[in-house]
Amino acid sequence: MKILVCISNVPDTTSKINFTDENRAFDTQGVTYIINPNDEFGLTRAIWLQQQEEATVTVATVGEASCEPILRKCLAIGADNAVRIDAFPEDGFYVASQLAAYAEKEAFDLVITGRESIDYNGGMVGAMLANYLEMPYLANCIQLEKEGESILLQREIDGGKENLKGKLPLVIGAQKGLVEEKDLIIPNMRGIMQARQKPLEVVTPIESEASSSIKSYEKPPAKGHVKLVDTGDIDQLIDLLQNEANAI
Amino acid sequence: MSVLVYIETQNQEIKKSSLEVASYGRAIADAKSTSLIAVCFGLEDSSQLAAYGVDKVFVIPTAGDIHFNAERYSSTLVAIAKAEAVDLLIVSGSANGRFIGPLIAIKFEASYFSNVIGLPTAYDPVEVKRSCFTNKAFNHSISKKDKVVISLSSNSFGLHEKAAEAAPVEGTYSPSSFSLEVVTVEQSSAKVSIADADIVVSGGRGLKGPENWHLIEELANVLGAATACSKPVSDMGWRPHSEHVGQTGKPVASNLYIAIGVSGAIQHLAGINSSKVKVVINSDPEAPFFKAADYGVVGDAFEVVPELTSKLKALKEA
Ligand SMILES: Cc1cc2nc3c(=O)[nH]c(=O)nc-3n(C[C@H](O)[C@H](O)[C@H](O)COP(=O)(O)OP(=O)(O)OC[C@H]3O[C@@H](n4cnc5c(N)ncnc54)[C@H](O)[C@@H]3O)c2cc1C
Ligand SMILES: Nc1ncnc2c1ncn2[C@@H]1O[C@H](COP(=O)(O)O)[C@@H](O)[C@H]1O
Repeated sequence: MKILVCISNVPDTTSKINFTDENRAFDTQGVTYIINPNDEFGLTRAIWLQQQEEATVTVATVGEASCEPILRKCLAIGADNAVRIDAFPEDGFYVASQLAAYAEKEAFDLVITGRESIDYNGGMVGAMLANYLEMPYLANCIQLEKEGESILLQREIDGGKENLKGKLPLVIGAQKGLVEEKDLIIPNMRGIMQARQKPLEVVTPIESEASSSIKSYEKPPAKGHVKLVDTGDIDQLIDLLQNEANAI
Repeated sequence: MSVLVYIETQNQEIKKSSLEVASYGRAIADAKSTSLIAVCFGLEDSSQLAAYGVDKVFVIPTAGDIHFNAERYSSTLVAIAKAEAVDLLIVSGSANGRFIGPLIAIKFEASYFSNVIGLPTAYDPVEVKRSCFTNKAFNHSISKKDKVVISLSSNSFGLHEKAAEAAPVEGTYSPSSFSLEVVTVEQSSAKVSIADADIVVSGGRGLKGPENWHLIEELANVLGAATACSKPVSDMGWRPHSEHVGQTGKPVASNLYIAIGVSGAIQHLAGINSSKVKVVINSDPEAPFFKAADYGVVGDAFEVVPELTSKLKALKEA
């Protein structure tokens, strides 16, 4: 079984979000990058399959050389090899076309993406990649079990869950639940040492055009002061919610 | 060039988020002086859509598919969009809307924008404002294609009625070469889901343990609200993962968000920022949530919440 995990390089969740170049670009100054959390859940699930099914796990990212540290981290977590498609990830469509061009040659059985990347929040690369690869896609995937030739899956839906059955090959959009927070693998010294020896291949991008562009960014307006209500005056809170905020 | 909306239903009822999508679609169709087409699957009575300005409704018989089927639904929508010369297609921000949106976009050779929070600010080419960095910022995106698929962020446009005469037409269901088979659906016992809720009541670690969650549930019940929680609360198994909100959980865009015993970590706030009115109840006046909230009570949840609940109950019964 060959697994591809698509990794998006995103600002750490505590990062302050600022923009430069007259609000046309994200300000990367002082920002630490991490593996997109949804992708990390997916990677952990892949490593379990690697151990149970003797699967091989490839991680791939579309990005510039600055993305290599997180690919090394994926290798330290346990991925067998890493691929960096050497291009700026202009939009989801562009990223999906690059990943597809690479994946088509490798015949993966299972392709894992994250539900969405926490920076651009496109929620689109997985579905588009599946379409290119002519494989079914499952969004918001919270369970994946192999049972003989079948794959049993679960998708989170609004107010519940859906249980599905399918076969490989398949593309999923991973999120928490696929594995739990406590199951995430923290690389140990041995993993980190081994990661240095594992292959990290740099691939030339194909000719492809983005389907959209970002004109500018904007931050939410500064928040006014909170109105504090005394614990002895809950009626006032209710009054404010009813008559000032029109919220209840 | 007409506008098309995908209408979602549950138990033969049109979902509120889809009526919002219809309202939004109508406003766009008016701006472009064109007609609004709706597509729904397996719905017996689509007459409600006329009140939201839909000019034509395709009702698709779904053969044996009683559950949502992303492959066949997206293929069907694209086939209709092509036949009807559609150039703008809109889906909701629901789980199914976000699932199907990018599938439609790629089959339709359109550009795709999720988390869109208002009407396009331009049409040639289409330009939209969408939230990004999990609600910590917005971006203005421009389409490079002449066809566009938009996923509208829930509660960002609202419901707007406008009479039209929508005659239902029977459409054809597209087959697909592959798809996943839905075996069962488990609907949680919660009465209101976070995605559909006008009001969300959320509890954090300050509630001390799952045995105290009746405080959250009772308040939610009086308000007809959905219940939610912070990440550690779901990680510890006090509450199901489906209630985890924030940057790595679900986004919340309700009209009212009440946070109880939640400190207001940046990752939590990111996910709930687009809720309109925020209330915090926390015993620590230094809790960061107070900086992000509209209304706050510095106090013990175990005292404040029961009082709030009983006063709201009395008000309702009055
Ligand atoms: C990569 C990453 C992603 C994350 N994503 C998310 C996410 O999506 N969502 C999320 O929620 N968190 C997320 N977190 C975790 C986040 O950083 C915080 O740890 C978490 O939100 C804190 O949860 P809490 O407010 O319930 O608990 P705490 O921070 O422990 O806060 C409890 C609060 O309860 C108050 N309190 C205590 N007793 C009482 C009482 N009797 N009455 C009233 N108030 C009381 C305290 O004053 C305190 O403010 C993420 C963290 C990381 C590293
Ligand atoms: N630049 C990228 N390189 C590799 N995979 C990516 C990239 N961007 C997004 N992805 C994958 O696609 C998923 C969804 O991303 P998005 O559509 O941007 O929200 C992510 O969780 C990743 O698995």
